[in-house]
Amino acid sequence: MTLLSLFAGPPAAAGAESFRDHAKRLGHRPRGDHALIDTLDRSGLVGRGGASFPVAVKWRSVAGRDRGSAVVIANGAEGEPLSRKDRTLMALRPHLVIDGALIAAEAVGASRTLLYIGEAHGAATAAITRALSERPAAELARLTLLGAPPSYVAGEESAAVNFVNSGVAAPLAVPPRPFEKGVDGRPTLVQNVESLAHAALIARFGDAWFQSLGRHNAAGTILLTVSGAVAKAGVIEVSSGCSVDEVLALAGGVSGKARAVLLGGYFGGWINADRAGSMILDPSGLRAAGGSLGCGVVSVLDESADPLDVSARIMQHLANESAAQCGPCFFGLRSLSAATTRIAARQADHGDLPQLHRWTAMVKGRGACRHPDGAVAFLQSALTVFEPEFAAAAGTRGRRAS
Amino acid sequence: MAQTELWIDRTKCDGSRLCAELFPERISLDDWGYPIIAPGPIPAALMPHAQKAVDSCPVLALALRRVERRPPPPPPAVKPT
Repeated sequence: MTLLSLFAGPPAAAGAESFRDHAKRLGHRPRGDHALIDTLDRSGLVGRGGASFPVAVKWRSVAGRDRGSAVVIANGAEGEPLSRKDRTLMALRPHLVIDGALIAAEAVGASRTLLYIGEAHGAATAAITRALSERPAAELARLTLLGAPPSYVAGEESAAVNFVNSGVAAPLAVPPRPFEKGVDGRPTLVQNVESLAHAALIARFGDAWFQSLGRHNAAGTILLTVSGAVAKAGVIEVSSGCSVDEVLALAGGVSGKARAVLLGGYFGGWINADRAGSMILDPSGLRAAGGSLGCGVVSVLDESADPLDVSARIMQHLANESAAQCGPCFFGLRSLSAATTRIAARQADHGDLPQLHRWTAMVKGRGACRHPDGAVAFLQSALTVFEPEFAAAAGTRGRRAS
Repeated sequence: MAQTELWIDRTKCDGSRLCAELFPERISLDDWGYPIIAPGPIPAALMPHAQKAVDSCPVLALALRRVERRPPPPPPAVKPT
């Protein structure tokens, strides 16, 4: 089940793979074209930035508007606090990411390719910088490295476009979406770096190969960041379709006793420990079921931790990370965070808990981007999974989140 | 069939509340004073009110948009478990 695809090759301790070793191991990259988009379609690859959106559909929407002037943004902003997988991938396999970005640019007809990498991710930036210096001059001329600000929303795709256009990494009101009107008004593909790296391998080995990496009906491998109450926290690559229990075993097992698992990161949700183990990690399957693998975060909450305190801290972070553009997001998340914090501190007003339920419904869907939606989805999961704790702390009988 | 809907640029709206006063049939306010717009096309009888609400917005955040058909619902959010 620890099938290595992105991380095949030299071990992590060896650091970034050089261009020479990369080309020797995998051969030179094929060119991207429309046929490749069909191959990606058959492969079942979905985006690994959080939304699990089919990659081929995204590429086609940009390629369909191609007048040869599209733009590709390789998104390595990775602002999710619990995620490390993108920076790890860039630090160890920079050439796979660059291959994927170039192939995407050729397939969609882009003349500019931007590598948008979290400026706080030092090792990743260093590896990519060095990798660029190893590439042929013709490729180098098409690539620009750009530091992404260290905020949560900087990686949201319209925020990435806005940053390139205006220097402000805040989401834009959509439509128009980036694929319609992005960088300099041109059709723009914003794609997570892990998705691009998978595409670089699918371009070489084909869709059937990618399918064969997954288990059951899932396709390919996935990068996960495992953290919290496990023996060995870190980034691992697993077959799509494996279970949370298998992932936790790979991470050396749960230390202590698990109360819940946070799947998908701050925009994901809590899952009760007794249900989490058997969950199947398949991005497409989870998306179809109305859930989300998000950006591949698996974080274990120990029974000795206070789930209300942990949830309140995450709500505080999400409230602080509102871009402060849209009133319902800025004021709504602040109110939600304050009420959650009062409950966690066992200083709740009698109305706080009902108010949380009311406000989550009120805020949802009312931002230019999906930041408020992600935050309230997270809070709803906390209200459901930790219902007894919330009810006890708020001094009221808990109501079920609907 | 083309229909007319209200569209709001949430990044511009600064909560003047005028729209809700002028078009209460479709616009209410949340707890922080920002408009909640009822979804769906605007019937012809209500168009004058809708137009007044749009015209009143001091930051031009509100607009009437012709849509060919109902936009698809947004992708499902994470379900609490």
